[in-house]
Amino acid sequence: MTEPMRLTPPLNDNDLENLKIGDRILISGILYTGRDAAHKRMVDLLDRGGELPFDIRGQVIYYVGPSPPRPGLPIGAAGPTTSYRMDAYSPRLMQQGLKGMIGKGMRSREVIEAMEQYHCVYMAAVGGAGALLSKCIKKAEVIAYEDLGPEAVRRLEVENFPAIVVNDVRGNDLYEEGAKRYRR
Amino acid sequence: MREINVQEVAERVKDLCIAANLELGADVLKAFDRAIAQEESPVARDILEQLKENARIAREERIPICQDTGLAVVFVELGQEVRLLGGDLNEAIHKGVRQGYQEGYLRKSACHPFSRMNTGDNTPAIIHLEMVPGEQMKLIVAPKGGGSENMSRVEMLTPSVGIEGIKDYVVERVRASGSNPCPPTIVGVGIGGTFEQAALIAKKALLRPVGSRNPDSELAVMEDDLLDRINQLGIGPQGLGGRTTSLAVHINLMPCHIASLPLAVNIQCHVHRHKEVTL
Repeated sequence: MTEPMRLTPPLNDNDLENLKIGDRILISGILYTGRDAAHKRMVDLLDRGGELPFDIRGQVIYYVGPSPPRPGLPIGAAGPTTSYRMDAYSPRLMQQGLKGMIGKGMRSREVIEAMEQYHCVYMAAVGGAGALLSKCIKKAEVIAYEDLGPEAVRRLEVENFPAIVVNDVRGNDLYEEGAKRYRR
Repeated sequence: MREINVQEVAERVKDLCIAANLELGADVLKAFDRAIAQEESPVARDILEQLKENARIAREERIPICQDTGLAVVFVELGQEVRLLGGDLNEAIHKGVRQGYQEGYLRKSACHPFSRMNTGDNTPAIIHLEMVPGEQMKLIVAPKGGGSENMSRVEMLTPSVGIEGIKDYVVERVRASGSNPCPPTIVGVGIGGTFEQAALIAKKALLRPVGSRNPDSELAVMEDDLLDRINQLGIGPQGLGGRTTSLAVHINLMPCHIASLPLAVNIQCHVHRHKEVTL
């Protein structure tokens, strides 16, 4: 395995051009969280002509609904949730300037095509490693939709958050390639 | 007649909710080690090592293994010689879940199907009550995450498809689930019964220790065969490619209607949580 690449959002098209499927990434800086209910609210808001609760241009959304923090910790367990449930909303957010998504599991053909069109990458974090991943999160602050509890939008400060590129801006898919390699 | 106060049940359910979400079973950890020894993919080996490290952090630092601490599935085997005192058993179980998820810093993941409004305390618990002979009471808490449950299915097969048809369906279900249910998975299979019974025995099949042999020799061979075929799919840990797509296949079987062949596939992620106590 090669050395991981380091990324700090906001990302630009140059950052994304260099990424290819299978690249291991360490992200430091800001990630925004959002999953099912927050995505629905954000897209409903756009449909009504409203503005998103944060400036999404160049940003990365992490699909996570963390468990509550113990006293003294910034966050509880915080691994990725399954991404396909966000497929209906993701192209709309890419139109607004979203450059990265972190989750786990396969994306639809439409989302992969939208990633090519709008230049956005999809990365996977290790699903079910919520305790381990929580160690990379130094600060967490709810910035919108507090009533959604675990589904609220949070601004995370992360250090060396590990992810792997699953879909790049050229329409490649690591899940397809990976399984093909080991299929018998 | 033995008397058990339901408030004791609430206490035990609370403790089981917390323990299940923080302490991964030794059977799963051993299965990770076996997989690491056999795995061909370096990426897959690295992921499996991370899962071991994750389990260690969870246990030692009291952080849930996974942020999805599940709906609380509670199996109750109630001895028919037991007399319950102190109130409503179901209410006591819900209370135990409510307290466990609050005091254990566990995520509340229950919501209304339409409004998606969170119930706020992870109730209602999903309770399966079974009467058994004797004067003991067994409680099993098995928190179930949404990602793997979403990949599960019940299918009413045509009897003519036979054993091969059953096997093909199970393998295809795992293939189509791909990376979504957080592989490596444990695959619970329920064959027979009725529509709802097939699902229930598939879920119960998951409770058998990973790595244990099915006592029915025909089913044991079928489990081995299914696991081989599944691990030839190449999906691997987290779907990134490898030999370890599933750690085990567990089958439960019972008679069914002469017209039917119910089949349930209940997929369980590697965060395979269940803790039990006998009162």
